[in-house]
Amino acid sequence: MRVLMFGWEFPPHISGGLGTACYGLIKGMNHHNQEVIFVVPKLWGDEEDLADFVNASDVTINYREKKFKNIWKNLTYLEVSSFLVPYLGPEEYQKFTDYAIHDRTDVDESIFTNKYEFSGKYGKNLMEEVSRYALVGAQIAKDRQDFDIIHAHDWLAFPAGIAAKEMSGKPLVVHVHATEYDRSGESVNQPVYDIEKAGMQAADHVVAVSHLTRNIIIRKYGIPGHKVSVLHNAVLDASIIKSEYQKKVPEKIVTFLGRITFQKGPEYFVEAAKKVIDRDPNVRFVMAGSGDLLNKMIQRVAELRMASRFHFTGFLKGKDVDHMYAISDVYVMPSVSEPFGIAPLEAVRHNTPVIISKQSGVAEVLVNAIKVDFWDVDAMADAIFALLHYDGISRMFKELGSDELKKLKWEHVAAKLITVYEKTIAQQS
Amino acid sequence: MRTICFYFQVHQPFRLKPYRFFDIGEDHHYWDDFLNRNVIRKAAQRCYLPMNSLLMDLIHQYPGKFKVAFSISGTFLDQMEAYAPDVLESFQKLVATGQVELLNETYTHSLAALKSKEEFTKLVKKHQDRIKELFNGYTPKVFRNTELIYSDSIGSMVSEMGYKGILTEGAKHILGWKSPNYVYTNAIDPKLKVLLKNFRLSDDIAFRFSNKTWADFPLTTDKFVTWLNAIPKEEQVVNLFMDYETFGEHQWADTGIFEFMRFLPETIFKHSNFNFSTPSEVLDNSQPVGNIHVPIPISWADEERDLTAWLGNDLQDEAFDRLYDLESQVKGIDDPEIQRDWSYLQTSDHFYYMCTKFFSDGSVHQYFSPYDTPYDAFINYMNVLSDFMLRVKEKSQQAKASA
Repeated sequence: MRVLMFGWEFPPHISGGLGTACYGLIKGMNHHNQEVIFVVPKLWGDEEDLADFVNASDVTINYREKKFKNIWKNLTYLEVSSFLVPYLGPEEYQKFTDYAIHDRTDVDESIFTNKYEFSGKYGKNLMEEVSRYALVGAQIAKDRQDFDIIHAHDWLAFPAGIAAKEMSGKPLVVHVHATEYDRSGESVNQPVYDIEKAGMQAADHVVAVSHLTRNIIIRKYGIPGHKVSVLHNAVLDASIIKSEYQKKVPEKIVTFLGRITFQKGPEYFVEAAKKVIDRDPNVRFVMAGSGDLLNKMIQRVAELRMASRFHFTGFLKGKDVDHMYAISDVYVMPSVSEPFGIAPLEAVRHNTPVIISKQSGVAEVLVNAIKVDFWDVDAMADAIFALLHYDGISRMFKELGSDELKKLKWEHVAAKLITVYEKTIAQQS
Repeated sequence: MRTICFYFQVHQPFRLKPYRFFDIGEDHHYWDDFLNRNVIRKAAQRCYLPMNSLLMDLIHQYPGKFKVAFSISGTFLDQMEAYAPDVLESFQKLVATGQVELLNETYTHSLAALKSKEEFTKLVKKHQDRIKELFNGYTPKVFRNTELIYSDSIGSMVSEMGYKGILTEGAKHILGWKSPNYVYTNAIDPKLKVLLKNFRLSDDIAFRFSNKTWADFPLTTDKFVTWLNAIPKEEQVVNLFMDYETFGEHQWADTGIFEFMRFLPETIFKHSNFNFSTPSEVLDNSQPVGNIHVPIPISWADEERDLTAWLGNDLQDEAFDRLYDLESQVKGIDDPEIQRDWSYLQTSDHFYYMCTKFFSDGSVHQYFSPYDTPYDAFINYMNVLSDFMLRVKEKSQQAKASA
């Protein structure tokens, strides 16, 4: 089987989990000897040679093609210069827009065949890029007929998937890694929601990264349940990481590591910390990351008078992330809404017991972790206290957690995906 | 004879270096040596050296007649010794003329007076010793608390320590209808005389001098003397208190601030019956007109003239309380580095950087702060303090074990 796959980013040039998931999935597909044509807006040349890569920036679009005109007509409304960056907090947003603005090459649109230079970022011209990407999708589908099924990852690539389906008549699978409801709560970006919904409706089958996400797709997007399958993410490497990095403080450390935004529920971590510190002052809490709620969290920690026990590191990268995991005695992910959430699995690899919110997809695959409702700070505090003080339970979690991790393989995910493809193709014919 | 009393605050804190969570428990050097040296060197070129030499000229030009006073914080003395011995030498020469008075304060420009009498007394003594050491046995007689922070009870502590007078802000809300241009006494202990800053005339020089939107811009010495002469005849003393960095740093050289100061004495001598006195002379030569009640501490900062520049928001109160939680433990530790860091961490500037009054005087705070936001200032301070707490704990356990 040969799959035409549309992504938005690919390692090593990634800014979020989407690229990593695509990477894992393709590795899994390779394991089963399936061929993947992988399209990204921009190739950098240093990607690992795992698929038949297509650089969208190299594709010449023939604007005179009749069928394109219909596609184009449906897309032009997107190009209202909406300055929106759905995946990023304000700080990263600034960085990315600065970058994207300087990075972009203008094209002369007066001619009828040309290439479009994608930045592949989440910048100012995101909507423009998304719609041009759709035209590229149509062009590729027209140029090459050597594929059996189309697979598009997240809303950025949905229009490309839809266009490719229209051109080729081949079935479309859309893969939902996150929805607008996870990113923005109830205050959704309407154009993004519209694209997501259009993609799910046009698709022959929808794949969700968790049951949690599947439920959102059914409830909020009105997609019939029989059309939606769950394919949990996996880990690339399940080996336990033995770090040489030594902790320098005598106290035990409880860590939150992630963007400090609404979606990640940082305030529940702060409130739970207070309850633990009141009972046992010999603990340090660390909030690692950056985001629009950072200052509010600092303010709250000062207000609760626990700033000598509750620390902020700012945004961590590279080795510091590993160091942080390595010195943590408990890892907490109190996300309000997390389609999957790969970070707790990283913690498990560092032999750190984890507490995750029931509102996260990863809770569906990680059995040996404590699961609490994100809003239940009492339960969260109890769990933290238990993992810190009762060696039995944390030792058990360490052992069983790493066993569990070994079962989360991308080749298993790919096997399930192939079944989904087969069913979808069978349905269509 | 009426008199003008010039007093300059000379202070620089030991600023903290960017100190990360990962440094806690490992890195015990907290100070940004490079930044601190740079600040001192830059200010030396722009302000301290040219202004000291200007004052020296005036002292020679008017022997026995032109006088000023300084309060030089201990953190500034330490940094001068390390980074600017040339500036130290010029201050020493000024003091040696006898026309320059030095005032006492807490060694590290701290807020200890608000928290602990014992710590306050200790830091005052330390400052006194340091001045004696550097200025040929000089012993200050008059006190100036950090940022002119004053209350009845602070005054009473200062009086107990044997000082004859103290300087503070002529805040509107404590003066009411009264004039700052008299000598007052402390409400608890009338032995202690109180000098009040004339904030209108002081701030005309310190803040408004180069403000082009000010109705009285540009300020000339003639204009300033006209205002002095307009003060009712019976009011005896005009206290002009300001940051020394006014000259060349806050008001740059090209605003003409140095020329203004160079010619101010001449204009005053020619066109008024004012002379210049040091705070000690004012206290010796004037009769107090009554006492002044200050039940709640005042300062010279911001529009409110209260403590909210340093204390009051959650960030500041948390940092301040956690710091002083350590006082009794630190007392029992005989370790020069612990003692030094303990005193430097008390410097009021650390708390000033955490001020969140963005809308009124925030811009002034921003100007002086090495941090982007008060939150950054807080996080950095707390990281350092967390490490310091670990050291204190360890040392006090050692001390107990050996006792």
